[in-house]
Amino acid sequence: MAALTDLKLAEATELLAAKKISATELAKAHVDAIEKLSSLNAFIVATPERAMADAKRADERIAKGEAGPLEGIPLAIKDLFCTDGIQTTAGSRILGGFTPPYESTVSANLWRDGAVCLGKTNLDEFAMGSSNTTSAYGNVVNPWKRRGDNRDLVPGGSSGGSAAAVAARLCLGATATDTGGSIRQPAAFTGTVGIKPTYGRCSRWGIVAFASSLDQAGPMARSVKDCAILLRSMAGFDPKDSTSADVAVPDFAAALGQGVKGLRIGVPKEYRLDGLAPEIGALWEQGIAWLKAAGCTIHEISLPHTKYALPTYYIVAPAEASSNLARYDGVRFGLRVPGDSLDAQYEATRGEGFGEEVRRRIMIGTYVLSAGYYDAYYLKAQKVRALIARDFDEAWKSVDAILTPATPSSAFAIGEKQDDPVTMYLNDVFTVTANLAGLPGISVPAGLDAQGLPLGLQVVGRAFDEETVFRVAEAIEQAAGFSAVPQIRAGA
Amino acid sequence: MSLDADTIRRIAMLARIRVGEDEVAKLQGELNGILAWIEQLNEVDTDGVTPLSGASRLALRMREDAVTDGDIRDKVLANAPERIGPDGAFFAVPKVVE
Repeated sequence: MAALTDLKLAEATELLAAKKISATELAKAHVDAIEKLSSLNAFIVATPERAMADAKRADERIAKGEAGPLEGIPLAIKDLFCTDGIQTTAGSRILGGFTPPYESTVSANLWRDGAVCLGKTNLDEFAMGSSNTTSAYGNVVNPWKRRGDNRDLVPGGSSGGSAAAVAARLCLGATATDTGGSIRQPAAFTGTVGIKPTYGRCSRWGIVAFASSLDQAGPMARSVKDCAILLRSMAGFDPKDSTSADVAVPDFAAALGQGVKGLRIGVPKEYRLDGLAPEIGALWEQGIAWLKAAGCTIHEISLPHTKYALPTYYIVAPAEASSNLARYDGVRFGLRVPGDSLDAQYEATRGEGFGEEVRRRIMIGTYVLSAGYYDAYYLKAQKVRALIARDFDEAWKSVDAILTPATPSSAFAIGEKQDDPVTMYLNDVFTVTANLAGLPGISVPAGLDAQGLPLGLQVVGRAFDEETVFRVAEAIEQAAGFSAVPQIRAGA
Repeated sequence: MSLDADTIRRIAMLARIRVGEDEVAKLQGELNGILAWIEQLNEVDTDGVTPLSGASRLALRMREDAVTDGDIRDKVLANAPERIGPDGAFFAVPKVVE
């Protein structure tokens, strides 16, 4: 049998149910791995005692035949999900000392189904970033290295801690969130699978808000099937989130294994960017060939407003962030820096509490919403957003899913691409459209670049059709046979 | 259009974020860089387009008009940096009226 930390989530579930392994030994293996690989800085806080207590309860339930679908499965939770009694930081100084007295709906759903809590993973501050270098708790190290180059690479962001923890085998799966690519980009950078489901599929309640019309929770894991299993538990209607969709949650994993014969796959010509790295283009071609061989038909499609998606995002997301982050006032929770007046206290608290990227985005958002500029920026962006969504509506008339690269490059070194904010923003060029249109998108590892680093392909589907997205991703997974492992991992 | 230093200071004030004088020039460069890049949206003809405010195409639900504060005063106050009054039942703020 493989080492406990090398198991896929689905394999562990079977072994637990057959009582071939115990939840306690599974949890212990992961708790030890987290401690041993703390240099990755994937966790802001590990919760070994909680994990062992959860595991003991899981073993009892398995013994009594009362196991839930995730009974005894050790998971990591992005530190953007509020967890009752466990500090929640959003990677920011401004939430220093904050311990939520409530549990996010998504994490509560996982505990309901028997999962074991390993701790809270690191992230870009308030999920704003593509490199996990904006966290107040330090950058996360990607477990992968370039061949013959020992420099630390970024794991991507914002869900960099979750991605690194999954890749390094510190957990069997993790929660993450995706506002512009924050699940899919780090998944691609770490050779893991991550899906951003349809907007409204997972409740936002109890997740620290960044841009509410774009934020969506999803799982990261080491296989398509594992993500499908996790998403089923995470998803579901929640009256506490006004945009939660009252739509039945299918058994996503049951959609797997039926093949993709006859599916129509769209390849958007606007994603062939000028200067697209040849390796990325080649990977995309390979993905097209795999799906063709699996019985799909391939169709060139046009999403004419693609090039405007990122600038649209960088109006909409900061605008919503500037409103959402107005709650950090130093009065009700978190950091407080005293001032002579209430305004002075606000300014001191927020000046010290927010990092540079968060501050930039709040200021952009404040500006585009301010009197005299609202129509020129914010309203204009909402109109372009409508056109981007319309592009996809048109595409769905002729295709069932869309195949694109997940990212324009593989993981970069810490410090690279940080000369100016816009260069960093371009990381999300392939992922952000799905957020603006509210569509499900998955990143699945499909190969290695010349430096030995993982690359991902993205599959985007119709709203509430994650099943097709999972099926196509599974076909890529099978064809790619991705078996490379990161240099830094548990048991290595 | 380009933001001048005074506008940067005004935005910081509106956002209630203290920005040091030594930081204004850097922020000005960064924000102008981002806004210049955003300007490309002006190429798009959006006449007659209905703005899309959210990714959900579903209509927002109505909820019952009821008090749902949960009666959890102590939990609400549990993370307050400073509390005041009998049983610490209030959030404390600097004096705002003379």
